[in-house]
Amino acid sequence: MTSIDESNKEKFRSVSVDLNNDASLLIDIPDALCERDKVKFTVHTKTTLSAFQKPEFSVPRQHEDFIWLHDTLVETEDYAGLIIPPAPPKPDFESPREKMHKLGEGEATMTKEEYTKMKQELEAEYLAVFKKTVQVHEVFLQRLSSHPNLSKDRNFQIFLEYDQDLSVRRKNVKEMFGGFFKIVAKSADEVLISGTKEVDEFFEQEKTFLLDYYSKIKDSTIKAEKMTRSHKNIADDYIHISATLNSLSVDDSTANKKNLQKLSDLFEKLRKVEGRVASDQELKLTELLRYYMRDIQAAKDLLYRRARALADYENSNKALDKARLKSKDIPQAEEHQQQCLQKFDKLSDSGKKELTIFKGRRVVAFRKNLVEMAELEIKHAKNNATLLQGCIELLKSN
Amino acid sequence: MADTDREDEELFTEPSGTQSQPASLSTEDVSANTNGPNQDALFDDDPEDLFAEATEEVSLDSPERDILLSDGPSPAITPITPPTSVIAPRIGHTHDDMFTHSSFDEIEEEEVDDSFDINISVSDPEKVGDGMNAYMAYKVTTKTSMSLFKQREFSVKRRFSDFLGLHSKLASKYLHVGYIVPPAPEKSIVGMTKVKVGKEDQSSNEFVEKRRSALERYLMRTVKHHILLKDPDVLQFLESSELPRAVSTQALSSAGLLRMVNKAADAVNKMTIKMNESDAWFEEKQQHFESLDVQLRKLHISVESLVCHRKELSVNTAQFAKSAAMLGNSEDHTALSRALSQLAEVEEKMDQLHQDQANADFYLFSELLGDYVRLLAAVKGVFDHRIKTWQKWQDSQILLQKKREAEAKLQFTNKSDKLQQAKDEIKDEIEEMEGRVQQDERDFEQISRTIRKEVGRFEKERVKDFKTSIIKYLESLVLTQQQLIKYWEAFLPEAKAIS
Repeated sequence: MTSIDESNKEKFRSVSVDLNNDASLLIDIPDALCERDKVKFTVHTKTTLSAFQKPEFSVPRQHEDFIWLHDTLVETEDYAGLIIPPAPPKPDFESPREKMHKLGEGEATMTKEEYTKMKQELEAEYLAVFKKTVQVHEVFLQRLSSHPNLSKDRNFQIFLEYDQDLSVRRKNVKEMFGGFFKIVAKSADEVLISGTKEVDEFFEQEKTFLLDYYSKIKDSTIKAEKMTRSHKNIADDYIHISATLNSLSVDDSTANKKNLQKLSDLFEKLRKVEGRVASDQELKLTELLRYYMRDIQAAKDLLYRRARALADYENSNKALDKARLKSKDIPQAEEHQQQCLQKFDKLSDSGKKELTIFKGRRVVAFRKNLVEMAELEIKHAKNNATLLQGCIELLKSN
Repeated sequence: MADTDREDEELFTEPSGTQSQPASLSTEDVSANTNGPNQDALFDDDPEDLFAEATEEVSLDSPERDILLSDGPSPAITPITPPTSVIAPRIGHTHDDMFTHSSFDEIEEEEVDDSFDINISVSDPEKVGDGMNAYMAYKVTTKTSMSLFKQREFSVKRRFSDFLGLHSKLASKYLHVGYIVPPAPEKSIVGMTKVKVGKEDQSSNEFVEKRRSALERYLMRTVKHHILLKDPDVLQFLESSELPRAVSTQALSSAGLLRMVNKAADAVNKMTIKMNESDAWFEEKQQHFESLDVQLRKLHISVESLVCHRKELSVNTAQFAKSAAMLGNSEDHTALSRALSQLAEVEEKMDQLHQDQANADFYLFSELLGDYVRLLAAVKGVFDHRIKTWQKWQDSQILLQKKREAEAKLQFTNKSDKLQQAKDEIKDEIEEMEGRVQQDERDFEQISRTIRKEVGRFEKERVKDFKTSIIKYLESLVLTQQQLIKYWEAFLPEAKAIS
């Protein structure tokens, strides 16, 4: 069992702020177990709400269960006017696993210490991926519990409470085809949303903004990821340099021996700092961008749904006109038209609210993360400078 | 005097001693830049024998020449250098004190104690000519207060092949007697072709800068060697405005091909000579250098990887900066938009910072290691020469033995008419061989002594060199970190201003 203690979680719980503050429903993932490819999350709930059977309970859940919950919420008509929190991405251990494999192949070319250090680095990376996935699943649930409407969802409660295996519930035929349909529907929606003539100023602005912002933030996420990877590569190089300097020191029989040892130690310390720079940048920048990229997609989905409702309304208008023309089925057509209008208005109202809250949430999260990232960068750079200057002093004094 | 007689004989006999080895006894493998075997063969026997006895005599010439003469062939005496060049002997330029060979060691110590004040810079690369005949000319500026030079500050224009030519001359003179001659920078056909073709882009600029820096380091290392500094070829290289082209340094010339053949022959020979090492010091040192070589190569590879990744980081940071700027433009919340644009600016500055750091990684660390990997090859070469010298001595002894046996055989022959003549002949030959054996033994002892001193000097220099360069490198890292702090501290209030 891999435990993540509270202090560490604080560090990670930063993409969304002000979550899990309401004592009436507190959710967290205190434990997770990694078994080959599958991660088993322990979802822990503490509640004062009467809707639940017990005040405190825990259930084991898999990633697929989260996806089921997300998709169910998306398909619920009542929530069409809400931004559904984005589904957590699948746990992806591919990168560290591949690197571990390469390391195993290159074992013969390294000294024992080097190999051990590289292995430690990879294990840390593995752990980081693991922690990230726990965090992102946790945030998903916390977004739900903080939402006035979604927190009351029956399926959500089942997810939290049901102590049997959820996969029975999940076995839905639709699920198998659902994915495909979703993709097709989505591309149709893109056309729809860009094509629809927007009357409302607010939504017109939001549409333009979100479409453009999405592509930009997607690009930034990819570029930030590349930057982080370069930092990690440099940290790895420092490991090798430190190890070779150590070997040189061992073989050296002159006064230079101590200098080489000091240098080796320096690079070992530097690589730790560099590793932290990489992981902090990843958390505060890359993860932030990635999360909001998904969140913006969720906001876009809201706009799609509204656009569809608008299209439905327009179609119902046409149908009503046709019915009036033919003098046939007028009451049904009228009623249908009324329903569509109501639906559309409801979506527009709640949509407006959601999008405004969304912007606030985004700005706050960006501020927090950018400030924290800048502070960490300064801290690490000062640390590096101190280490380097210390070593320079030692070398000069010899 | 029998000695004098022998000298005269030696002066005009065929250098038979060299037949047992490839003609390039003094060819150094590292840079394969010597000017062909024939000249080297002459180097071997002529001056060595000419001045074999000079080691006991008092020389009336300048001390520099004396040092050269007693330890190896001197360019000032014999016209051995490439046919196209003329070395002007520095006769009468320096003081005319008398020095004995026995005080050779003292002389060496004195040279080292004299203030070594010389600084050479290589600058202003300039393309001369067009197309495939074009070349880069570099300005070589020397600043010095040493009396060895005519002026205190002077410059000349040199091209890459001139440097190779200089190394080639130095290698042919000094390597086979045990001096560690710094290798010249490597040729690069690909690199030079780009420059010739006229691609005025970043990669060819980087190539030129890399080469310029390497040439500068090469010259500084060469003049730091107190023997090489005084060599007329070196002085001429630094001072004379016109230098004859060293044509045989071209990689694809016939001389180049010959070098490659000799290189291969040498490699084969190294494998077959097994020496009975009586001196543990040499074995220990050889192992030390071999292990050092392995480690330095490994370190070099890691640092090259660091340089590569640092450059990647720079590129990726630049791309992110652009992306962040676009994101900032797209952002509709005013304060956040401004903060994102500021972030983009910070990242852009960091991109430049990483680029500069990558250069420091390269020039202060990576190139240092590369230079030492090549220098260690020169050290190894010098050890190999000692083995060859030993082999030569052994061969002479064997030959002498054979001749003695032949003499003994003659004692029991009955053919009386030719007998006396044969006996006389063999007696002369034996005398000659005895002299040769003695000479070879002296050579072997000399090269062993020289190598001991050279290794001491080399190791001292190496430690100093590394320390200086590493400190500079660490200081560059400190600078980068301090700049990082500045940039992020400037950004922080911007981020805090988001509301």
